[in-house]
Amino acid sequence: MMLEVAGLDAFYGQNQALYDVGFGVDEGQVRTLLGANGAGKTTILRAICGMVRVAGDIRFDGKRIAGWATEDVVRLGVAHVPEGRGTFLRLSVEENLQLGAMTRKGRREIAADIERVYVSFPRLKERRAQQAGTLSGGEQQMLAVGRALMLRPRLLLLDEPSFGLAPLIVEELFAILRQINAETGVAMLIVEQNAVLALELAEHAYLLETGRVVMDAPSAVVGADESVRRSYLGY
Amino acid sequence: MELLLQQVMAGLANGAIYACMALAVVMIYQAIDHLNFAQGEMAMFSTFIAWQMIAWGLPYWVAFALTVLVSFVAGVLIDRVLFRPVQNAPILSQIVAFIALFSILNSSAGQIWDFTIKNFPTPFGHKPLFGGTLIDTHEAGMIGVTLALLGLLYLFFRGTRLGLAMRAAAANPESARLVGIRVGWMTALGWGMAAAIGAVAGMLIAPVVFLEPNMMIGVLLYGFAGAVLGGLTSPAGAVIGGFLVGIIENLAGTFIPYVGRELKLTLALILIVVVLMFRPSGIFGRRVVSRV
Amino acid sequence: MTTVPKDAVAGAVPVPVQGSLRVRPTVRHLVVAATIVIAALIPLVAQSFVLFQLTEVMIYGLAILGLNLLTGFNGQFSLGHSAFYGLGAYTAAILIHNYEVSYLWTLPAAGGVCFVVGFLFGLPALRLQNLYLALATFALATAMPQILKFHALEAWTGGVQGLVVDQPDAPDFLPLNTDQWLYYVTLVVVIIMFAAAANLIRSRTGRAMMAIRDNPIAAAAMGINASLYKTLTFGVSALYTGVAGALSALAVAYVAPDSFNIFLSISLLVGLVIGGVGSIPGCLFGGLFVLYVPNIANSLSTGLAGAIYGIILLIVIYVMPAGAAGFTRFALARMQGLRRP
Repeated sequence: MMLEVAGLDAFYGQNQALYDVGFGVDEGQVRTLLGANGAGKTTILRAICGMVRVAGDIRFDGKRIAGWATEDVVRLGVAHVPEGRGTFLRLSVEENLQLGAMTRKGRREIAADIERVYVSFPRLKERRAQQAGTLSGGEQQMLAVGRALMLRPRLLLLDEPSFGLAPLIVEELFAILRQINAETGVAMLIVEQNAVLALELAEHAYLLETGRVVMDAPSAVVGADESVRRSYLGY
Repeated sequence: MELLLQQVMAGLANGAIYACMALAVVMIYQAIDHLNFAQGEMAMFSTFIAWQMIAWGLPYWVAFALTVLVSFVAGVLIDRVLFRPVQNAPILSQIVAFIALFSILNSSAGQIWDFTIKNFPTPFGHKPLFGGTLIDTHEAGMIGVTLALLGLLYLFFRGTRLGLAMRAAAANPESARLVGIRVGWMTALGWGMAAAIGAVAGMLIAPVVFLEPNMMIGVLLYGFAGAVLGGLTSPAGAVIGGFLVGIIENLAGTFIPYVGRELKLTLALILIVVVLMFRPSGIFGRRVVSRV
Repeated sequence: MTTVPKDAVAGAVPVPVQGSLRVRPTVRHLVVAATIVIAALIPLVAQSFVLFQLTEVMIYGLAILGLNLLTGFNGQFSLGHSAFYGLGAYTAAILIHNYEVSYLWTLPAAGGVCFVVGFLFGLPALRLQNLYLALATFALATAMPQILKFHALEAWTGGVQGLVVDQPDAPDFLPLNTDQWLYYVTLVVVIIMFAAAANLIRSRTGRAMMAIRDNPIAAAAMGINASLYKTLTFGVSALYTGVAGALSALAVAYVAPDSFNIFLSISLLVGLVIGGVGSIPGCLFGGLFVLYVPNIANSLSTGLAGAIYGIILLIVIYVMPAGAAGFTRFALARMQGLRRP
């Protein structure tokens, strides 16, 4: 398995946020982390990227990466689209995309990849020279995903991609994500509060409650579950 | 009219000093996202090192090059050693660290080289330019070097990957890490570059204001003012801001009654603050639009 | 998580702030009472010079408290407080020297003048943030010595030479010399003003001030009149530092323009940070630091005094990045943590 997590605890200062979390994502798979606010979903993504103090096992291609610095995890091919998108607001759209390829070599391939991102996200092409901070929420989200793709990642971590976006834009975004997974085979681990959309996109889901994994099953099973339907799907 | 032109030119000549300093200030601001209050003292110390090398017999350009190199390394070390422990501390605490550095450098320079004024050579000579009294060769040289530096920096930041990485690291360190940039090294590099530019500024300024440990205090302030006036996001703006400050200061001193040497500084600052009240990001600064 | 606009001071103060020493109120009151009693007894045993220095410590502490109200509790950065200190000092000196006003009246006078000037300065300051405010207050600080030396005002200010201030004698019925009397006067003023500040911080006004510091947009959205509070805070802050200046005129018996320069402002800032931004008791520690450490550095080596001072400053900041108050909080929390089963 490409990404394997076992017995993961995570801490913010003295407070423990994750308890004995375990899951995995293999090449090309799309999996989702569901749960309410504060359940620990974002913490898991941050733990993978070395942004939080952890105890336990995180392995990528069999290599132990728990405790690695963020920059080093990124170089393994893990691209993280953080909560709040993390856009470089003062830089242009094009510069943001170039930054995504910072660890890569090969100017021509990088330029070709930028064009590919513009094909997936035509709105960004119109605004390529604009300051990223002037883009709308939806456009910034697309830019953030585009930047992550510039890494040519093997694993894409997405933290609440639907947050603050209008429903139509969210559908558009998720359709693009499905297309990207089909075309490039990049694996995805998506943290989402919008369980309906997440379960449609992902094949497997993990449900978190106060730092623990309480359900680990294919999306269809999770979606059909009574209590999940009532708590997270609204019916 | 003749007087006005003369004062403007004199202001430009002074302004070249401030522009050079302002450039170093903006450099460091782009790298670490705050102002380095000890910038002037670092430049002063570098200039003393150059002076010492020349006093030991090294040719000017050798001393110049070595000083720039040593300053670069020193800047990197100061960042890694002195400022690492407070990098996560509140900003006011970091400001105190800068104050400490200022104090250490000023006092050490005074102790090592004492406070008597020294002459510092210029490679440009002090002959009047174009035969007139408006500007001399050294001042022209200063302006030339400042503009050249500016050009190089522009090319570096806008045209190279490393430059882009540095700008990203300063703007948003967490996101920068997420694209694989080693933010710590970028900051150290920024410090090194700022220290090197400061050294160049110091070596250009010393022939005019004469070398002594307190030479940079006023200059640094004018440099800050120029950088802020021009807009801290723009090296070109900083240079223009520096020239403007020189002109404003000179015109204020000449044409406004009661303003003697001492009040010139205050007046210049007040004028700058007034400008900022109308254009808060400086004349050339880019307004950062951030959604709440 | 949204990206919050970068604000130099909001990030500077660790939250929560006032009353956060996790000590029971009764213990805190006992500590304060004990400190006051000890402070009151010191003049009976201490020599004149030490008394003078302790008076200065209290005065600096009061000045730093003024700066703290503006920067620590309200998030407005100021490098200009030396100007208010000087304004207060000169107000007192001029009233005593030229108009033979009784020294006790000079304190509220100095406070009043500084409040007005501070408030007026606070108005244009509303449009400036952080860096720009720093520059503006820097201008104020550099202007003050020049204004004081201005030849048109020499009749009042005494020009470059400054003014001599007659020190008050203790009232006849008290067997105290001048130094002791001034110490007690300062002590009483400091106690009253520190208590007033503590009350202010705990009140609704104080909370509004801090809300403005932490998130100005949210504060405005909650209906807080930020402009009013910010300018009032500027005024009150100037008032505090001005009264400190007036007391210093009495203690030193002399005012001169060049003592009230930018380096004084920087010292006050250093004192603020070392004591603990946003901590009221910390201000006294700051005052202690600002008075004694430069002297210590000087006694170790006159030539390298500045370098030694800088090194001490660095060490203190490394060990106590949140100031003495932050360190005390941390230590107490650790001790309480150890006591937990």
